[in-house]
Amino acid sequence: MILEMLSWVFLVAGGLLGIIGGIGIHRFPDFFSRLHAAGITDTLCAALILSGLGLQSGFSLVSFKLVLIFAFILFTSPTASHALANAALHGGVKPQLDD
Amino acid sequence: MTHIISLTITLSLLWLGLSGHVEPLMLAIGVASVFLVLFITLRMEAVDHTRYPIHFTSSLFRFWRYLVREIILSNIDVIRRILTPGKSISPQMITLPLPQKSDLAKVMYANAITLTPGTVSVQLDRDTIMVHALSKEAADALETGEMASRVPDDEASS
Repeated sequence: MILEMLSWVFLVAGGLLGIIGGIGIHRFPDFFSRLHAAGITDTLCAALILSGLGLQSGFSLVSFKLVLIFAFILFTSPTASHALANAALHGGVKPQLDD
Repeated sequence: MTHIISLTITLSLLWLGLSGHVEPLMLAIGVASVFLVLFITLRMEAVDHTRYPIHFTSSLFRFWRYLVREIILSNIDVIRRILTPGKSISPQMITLPLPQKSDLAKVMYANAITLTPGTVSVQLDRDTIMVHALSKEAADALETGEMASRVPDDEASS
């Protein structure tokens, strides 16, 4: 019962963070700052949803696979973000800076 | 040799965890695939300690614990900035030195910067890194060099 509630708290919080990340992508002015908003959905949102699902499945092979998914996200998402940012810089996208 | 053994164990556990089969036929196929992967990896000469860093496991876990805390704190900071009405961000482009010796540690530092929301590594050079930060505060926090000093570095392969 407590586990069930906790898992739903995680799932709902993760979903909310996904929405907040989406709002951020629309609100921020340029490519580079939007990348930061997308970073939320990559990290805390994914972590919360996956731990919510892990609590649903209990200690089993499914939760092992969820941990693996999280590990892969953790290794690939910064690489992808870096590749995007680097490509944008080389492609001549000028970041809006604030001094 | 240690690398080969620990790679074999990792691959076997991975196969078992992903398949969950324990019937003799499936186990035999699993063992065969583990050895096939091992054979290809050895032929590629890809078993060295850059690609397979087992030598600093304990400091790695300490770094990960620090990283998780940083990720949660910076997530909260970026969420606050998204939900604050009006102009809440002050984007910066800064260049930081890379104090790490090994390439692996440099990549880990760059990935850690990107993984914490609010900072993205844009360009990596031999001994500097260019970072785009969402706010002045995030840029200042990186410039203190605290995160850089926490990355486990490999003294041997400088």
